[in-house]
Amino acid sequence: MHMADALLSPQVGGVLWGVTAGTVAYCSRRVRQLEDDSTVPMMGVMGAFIFAAQMINFSIPATGSSGHLGGGMILAILLGGPAAFLTIASVLLVQALFFADGGLLALGCNIFNLGFIPAFIVYPFLFKPLAGADPSRRRLFLACLVSAVVALQLGALGVVLETTFSGISALPLSSFLLVMQPIHLAIGLVEGVVTAVVVQMIRQQQPGLLQLATATPARPVFSWRRTALALLLVSLLVGGIGSWYASSQPDGLEWSVAKVIGGELDSTSSLIATLDNWQQRIAVLPDYDFASATADNSLWSSRFGTSLSGILGATVSLTLIVGLGVLVRKRNQR
Amino acid sequence: MSHHLVEMKNVCYDYPDGTRALQRINFLITHGESVAVVGANGAGKSTLLQHLNGCLRPAEGEVRIGDFPVTKQTLQDVRRSVGMVFQDPNDQLFMPTVAEDVGFGPLNLGLSSAETEERVDSALRQVGALHLKDRPPHHLSGGEKRSVAIATVLAMSPDVLVLDEPSTGLDPRGRRQLIDWLRNYRHTKIIAGHDLDLVLDLCERTLVLAQGRIIADGPTRDIFSDQRLLERSHLEKPLRLQACPVCASR
Amino acid sequence: MAGIEHSLFDLSALDTLAYQDSPIHRLDARAKVLTVLVFVVVVASYDKYAVLVLLPLLVFPVSLLIMARLPVAFLLKRLALVAPFALLVGMFNPLYDQQVQLQLGGLAISGGWLSFLSILLRFSLTIGSVLVLIAVTSFPAICHALGRLGVPWTFVLQLLFLYRYIFVLGAEAERMVRARSLRSFHGRGNGLKIYAALLTQLLWRTLERARRLYRAMLSRCFSGRFRLLSTSRFGRKELLFVVGWSGYFILLRLGSDAAAVRSWLEGVF
Repeated sequence: MHMADALLSPQVGGVLWGVTAGTVAYCSRRVRQLEDDSTVPMMGVMGAFIFAAQMINFSIPATGSSGHLGGGMILAILLGGPAAFLTIASVLLVQALFFADGGLLALGCNIFNLGFIPAFIVYPFLFKPLAGADPSRRRLFLACLVSAVVALQLGALGVVLETTFSGISALPLSSFLLVMQPIHLAIGLVEGVVTAVVVQMIRQQQPGLLQLATATPARPVFSWRRTALALLLVSLLVGGIGSWYASSQPDGLEWSVAKVIGGELDSTSSLIATLDNWQQRIAVLPDYDFASATADNSLWSSRFGTSLSGILGATVSLTLIVGLGVLVRKRNQR
Repeated sequence: MSHHLVEMKNVCYDYPDGTRALQRINFLITHGESVAVVGANGAGKSTLLQHLNGCLRPAEGEVRIGDFPVTKQTLQDVRRSVGMVFQDPNDQLFMPTVAEDVGFGPLNLGLSSAETEERVDSALRQVGALHLKDRPPHHLSGGEKRSVAIATVLAMSPDVLVLDEPSTGLDPRGRRQLIDWLRNYRHTKIIAGHDLDLVLDLCERTLVLAQGRIIADGPTRDIFSDQRLLERSHLEKPLRLQACPVCASR
Repeated sequence: MAGIEHSLFDLSALDTLAYQDSPIHRLDARAKVLTVLVFVVVVASYDKYAVLVLLPLLVFPVSLLIMARLPVAFLLKRLALVAPFALLVGMFNPLYDQQVQLQLGGLAISGGWLSFLSILLRFSLTIGSVLVLIAVTSFPAICHALGRLGVPWTFVLQLLFLYRYIFVLGAEAERMVRARSLRSFHGRGNGLKIYAALLTQLLWRTLERARRLYRAMLSRCFSGRFRLLSTSRFGRKELLFVVGWSGYFILLRLGSDAAAVRSWLEGVF
């Protein structure tokens, strides 16, 4: 699910734009440092592949609905983190421009949710350790499945948190989570199965392609601490910074009433009046800031409550996901 | 460089899986010659062409372009002087607009923007495609794509033009225009493909490949009238050389 | 399957619009990208109950629409196509936020409805402006603009390749889907196994394509460094466009706050 401009505050959008821009710069440098200068055309063509692949769908048995590939995990598995991130970012940029998916401000969020999460969180910290250097068929299948599900769960969580911290939608965090996470569990399972089956086929027909991605890191011992730390860091980053900005945005009820009425009263002559004496009005602005600071102590604390529950929710979901990962891993080791 | 020779001496090449693709290929093409490379599917035509600009390197033997052997050091020179037109123009036109695509080679040769623009215009004018300059390749017809693909190569002013199945995907008129254009092009030409009528129009000399070997090398007319040779290499006499069924029955 | 061909068709229809000619089309892409970015941020910065104060912002996409002679119905349809998510989430606002915020005669309007309307309007403004942007600026020009605005060239270049090969691979996928559906009956043949085989097949073709493409680049003396021709200039017209529009947006934004503050003060005292 793509995050939309209409639900986003500039603060949250800006923070994630920042994160995304930094990551794009970092990944570009990494890709440029590669010996192989065929990587850039390869990435471009793989991005086009994701589009083309999304044009093909299949019917899901017994549901009457159909599914298709999202592609984040496959790209990560085939291209590795940095190249995959850039490719997903480009796919999302094209979708934002041509298919009007989300919008420009939300692009940062979408690239984070659908690009950063699979390429830099799920792929290195979940997929690689789960799959290992030379996985059995079953293990590879499970690694793909779990990774895709987790990536989509985290992505959906991202959408929920970004929406909540923006404060435009009135939907409470808990109900939003209850709607989004199960839907994305279903989508994730479909995506996971598709990813797993395709990766399986690639391995059968051209194992060299996968080796490229899995052989180089060779970190057989998986550090759960690192994973947990990374996930926690990200959720705190999103939660903490997002809420910080959201709480600094005054949107108390009285304020809103005033604004709506103000807008209403002014609407007949708003444009002319605005242009007429805007100087004078800007001079009123210091009052605005002052007023907002004194008006709502209670509001600030309720904001704080919201963000706290946001972080709490994130932590709970992460614990669940990590727990699932541990379980799967235990089963695999047997 | 003055002779623009294209020469292969005992060239052998193996596919990565170990099967032999080219077996002791020997030929010498001199300046201004127009030579066809024909043969069945999988006979090794494309593999042979890819040796001409160093995209593939022989396992044994030597390829010489002009006065240089093709080596890592001479690669850039070789690629400038051998212009390769790919079978599928979609592979060749990879930049988002025609002008940028045609300018790609000259810019890589280190020309300035102004010089490049000049080259772009003149190359496009030569193939009659100047009006397509600012269009994106996916808005072009098959014939237009082919013309632009040739222009991308001309912009590097090559000494030798290599074309892989140039008439694929062209309608009869597009094909005819291509043939007329190629006939007027005075440099060395090497044309691979199955379009024997086109070969008959353009090439005085033909190499026949079968299973990675050259089984015949001679004047095109002689080769095309050797029925057994053609059959052996899965080819058919060009229609123009076949007895006309209508006239013959009279 | 109809949907598939549709999306590719829509993509190229939108793409074709960008290659037309108008004063707006001729502007340097950087000016348009920057202005739309400012616009989107300004729209997002409005209060969640802002409805009427957002209306003057419509002037921007609408005037571009007119000046560039774009087909309105086509763009509106595109807009409607992507509305569901914002609508879905926005729909809950009237349920959760029932506090009456505004009396219009006898009609009491709750905050939820206001914010819902606001979401609708924000959606139309932000997405509308992006659609207009892509309809008046070719994608390659946008990529160049991004590169010249400081986005790493590695990213920009693979974006250009992506754009170029969407059309090629999209057509390939279309043919594969058609071939499958011609031999599928009663839903058989549309299952996961065949799907995965199709996808892998498409992937092989893609990789093969990437290999040939790279070879074509090498054949034209590519040595690891890209150089691009760039022709358009950021001149006075562009400066005027960016400063003029951004100034308008920002004034409106400031004006809306100031008005709110004033009326609030009037209400209190």
